[in-house]
Amino acid sequence: MDSNEAEGEETEKKSESGPCFPPTFSVSEIKNKQRRHSMFLKLKEEKRKQKLELKKKKKKERKALGDKAPPKEVPKTIENQRIYDETTVNPEDEEVAFDEGTDEFSAYFNRLTNPKVLITTSDRPRGRTVRFCEQLATVIPHAHVYYRRGLALKRVIPQCVSRGFTYLMVINEDRKVPNGLVLCHLPDGPTAHFKVSNVRLRKEMKRRGKDPTEHVPEVILNNFTTRLGHSIGRMFAALFPHDPQFVGRQVATFHNQRDFIFFRFHRYIFKNEKKVGIQELGPRFTLKLRSLQKGTFDSKFGEYEWVHKRHEMDSSRRKFHL
Amino acid sequence: QMSAKSQICSIWLGSETGILKGVSLTKKQAFNFCEMSCLSRDQEVCVMAWGDPHESEVLVGSVNGTVKTFSTDKGIFTATRECGDPSQGRFTGLAVTDSSMITCVESGLLKVWKEGSTETVEINVGNGICRMQQNPSQRHRVATGGKENPLKVWDLERPDKPIFTAKNVAHDWLDMRVPVWVRDIGFIPDSDKIVTCTGHHQVRVYDPSTPQRRPVLEARFGEYPLTALSLPASQGTVVVGNTHGELAILDLRKGLVRGCLKGLAGAVRGLQCHPSLPLVASCGLDRFLRVHSLEDRSLQHKVYLKSRLNCVLLSSRDLEVSGSSVSDRASF
Repeated sequence: MDSNEAEGEETEKKSESGPCFPPTFSVSEIKNKQRRHSMFLKLKEEKRKQKLELKKKKKKERKALGDKAPPKEVPKTIENQRIYDETTVNPEDEEVAFDEGTDEFSAYFNRLTNPKVLITTSDRPRGRTVRFCEQLATVIPHAHVYYRRGLALKRVIPQCVSRGFTYLMVINEDRKVPNGLVLCHLPDGPTAHFKVSNVRLRKEMKRRGKDPTEHVPEVILNNFTTRLGHSIGRMFAALFPHDPQFVGRQVATFHNQRDFIFFRFHRYIFKNEKKVGIQELGPRFTLKLRSLQKGTFDSKFGEYEWVHKRHEMDSSRRKFHL
Repeated sequence: QMSAKSQICSIWLGSETGILKGVSLTKKQAFNFCEMSCLSRDQEVCVMAWGDPHESEVLVGSVNGTVKTFSTDKGIFTATRECGDPSQGRFTGLAVTDSSMITCVESGLLKVWKEGSTETVEINVGNGICRMQQNPSQRHRVATGGKENPLKVWDLERPDKPIFTAKNVAHDWLDMRVPVWVRDIGFIPDSDKIVTCTGHHQVRVYDPSTPQRRPVLEARFGEYPLTALSLPASQGTVVVGNTHGELAILDLRKGLVRGCLKGLAGAVRGLQCHPSLPLVASCGLDRFLRVHSLEDRSLQHKVYLKSRLNCVLLSSRDLEVSGSSVSDRASF
């Protein structure tokens, strides 16, 4: 009898203060969709208000402290939180220096050969791919575009070698859009297979400058830190002749971020010592490395130096390989 | 201090830059045994073998035709021997019998070098050899195989004809001849059987004691050439690796895949199972040495060794597996 009376009092008290929810209540328990949605919106609004209040308070405190305020905290980004890759190249490492000094690109880096690039596509290319190839040929000096004619790459390669080409670039097309790139260093060098995305041709670029001239551009390679990144970076570097012609004021940039390589082609002009103006010319595209194969193109019997395995390598959002 | 370093190393690796590397898993350290000043690409290590049953000497065969002897007690190279020239191809096999050393090159020239004298016994085993392997229980028997060169077992006491030549399998379902490409050979202990893995992703078991010259068992794995093979201490299984970095444990009774070992990103160049513990060490073009456990297929150790690795040798001493991959205190 006592417990019943006690309960009756409690319920009376509760009904006086308005509808209250039991403490272990979550918005998702309401079965009615409209009510649930409105509850959720109210919850979000509250949270946002609290966040703004907190921010205002912190700002006030910081202003009040003036010089004695603690330093601003650096927000965490995925690049900040990147897991340290043990294959990151140390510039003073002798063994890696020897390895790079005697690998397949040593002929280029010792100024024994000049680059000569052959650009082709998969069979019967359409529209965008053809125009992309032509624009690439203007961006890369000494590049020649040839129609594929259904020829097998393994037969094309010895012919290229005999004609003195140093690179073979095959742009693969799918449904009228370029989506893959096979870059093969010719005498007997590695073959890299990339996934190409976000291709923007010259017509689609906003505020672009005039067409690129024949001057040899400078090359910028950003953020290729690991051993694999070094190999790929050297591969891109060997596409362009050694001495850039600064008269042309053109620069090609390969920027690696989170394993995606962004290619941009700009013309720059120094307005004074500190200010530069840049105009983007030329195509822009993104690459992602799928595999690096030792030796010239041989996808069935070649030995792979690195293969992208999605389930093993992409399991962590903070681990990158290039 | 080089001798102290070499005495604790339990895994030896040969790299493409010509450096002999020793790894100690207990101390979690790797050492390079070479002279930094005289490195060159033609000293690239092709084959490695133990110089003696006590595992105190490592024989290292390079591309320029020299075989160097490295002493694990002293930590230095003690001898060099010219065993051929690069025109005949790279070394594909190196083995040691009681008083002589056996080398085989890609052109098919198998030579037995006797200790202390310059006379050699030469056998031509055919062109395009990919591997020569010695039978660990009957050390005067070797097996060779290569591209369009079927498996042949030779007895060095009767070098004129092979004791066993494998016959190619029957024509396939299109009635076409199945190509032959033997990449690696293994002798199954306590029996006469030989396991081979091919560049056409087949694993075959041959039995020379039966009159059947065709394989007794054929199993397929993956779609890429199998480059390395090793037999673990427990019977009935074999570990193979292919050019895509896929390592698999195959069952030799039925020819099924027992499981895959994950982690490799590059082609497997060297594979060896520990003689007594259920461990397998693998090295390849992705410049890592990985040690997996065969029971639960987990990665036990992973070591970054800055050059591409060609061969691996495990010593029979206890590796004292710690059960986790290399900690941050490693110094490589």
